[in-house]
Amino acid sequence: MATKLIVDCSTGITTEVELTAEEIAQREADAQAWALIEAEREATASAKAAARASAEAKLSALGLTADEIAALIS
Amino acid sequence: MAVTYKLIETVTVGVGGAANIEFTSIPQTYTDLHLVTSIRESRTDAASANGVSWNLRFNSLTTNQSQRSLYYAGAIPSALSGLDAGFFMWSTTGLDTSNVFASGQVYIPNYAGSSYKSFSSEQIGENNGSSGGRLHAGLWSSTAAITSIQMFPSTGTFVEYSSASLYGIKNS
Repeated sequence: MATKLIVDCSTGITTEVELTAEEIAQREADAQAWALIEAEREATASAKAAARASAEAKLSALGLTADEIAALIS
Repeated sequence: MAVTYKLIETVTVGVGGAANIEFTSIPQTYTDLHLVTSIRESRTDAASANGVSWNLRFNSLTTNQSQRSLYYAGAIPSALSGLDAGFFMWSTTGLDTSNVFASGQVYIPNYAGSSYKSFSSEQIGENNGSSGGRLHAGLWSSTAAITSIQMFPSTGTFVEYSSASLYGIKNS
């Protein structure tokens, strides 16, 4: 069973207690929210990678060397 | 000389990990709060390869939260903004080098007042040249004083030796 640590700042006492059903449900909701953020992050990263590859291809077509392209976009 | 920076409480996760960490009954006698963390999550799935976001809440509530973050996981920086059920911090995971924890801090001014609570945070997790981190601005649009702070992992648990220390700051 999952447990949580509760630190009572008025007494300085830390206790370890099992999660309630409501807290377990909230954890599942949190996981879903996290998954959405991850998906957004992945989409952003993929879009940037695709744009970079496209830019490199166009610069190469213009006659720039790999070193020159790297100097421009690194 | 007045004590202007005082440790309220600190907690270190023990064997078996913790599903969350909670500071309760926070004294209302300070001007600001400063939360300092050393965090590592247990998860080892592929999606956590470059770090994950743990979740911060005030007074156990998930409403009236807005945020904007600059973050990076691996090589590519990204931005995040919007309304979310929680404020997102940063953690290393079970896929990172053993015993590597993410360092972070959250600064919460005027936590005991009746105005909305804005705060700043910076988090970083380094793993042998492959790192992640988050620079975060958050706003909890509530007039309630902050009396408790909750820390939740994305999934799984905070591993043993993860720690959090809550400091109170006075302006005089």
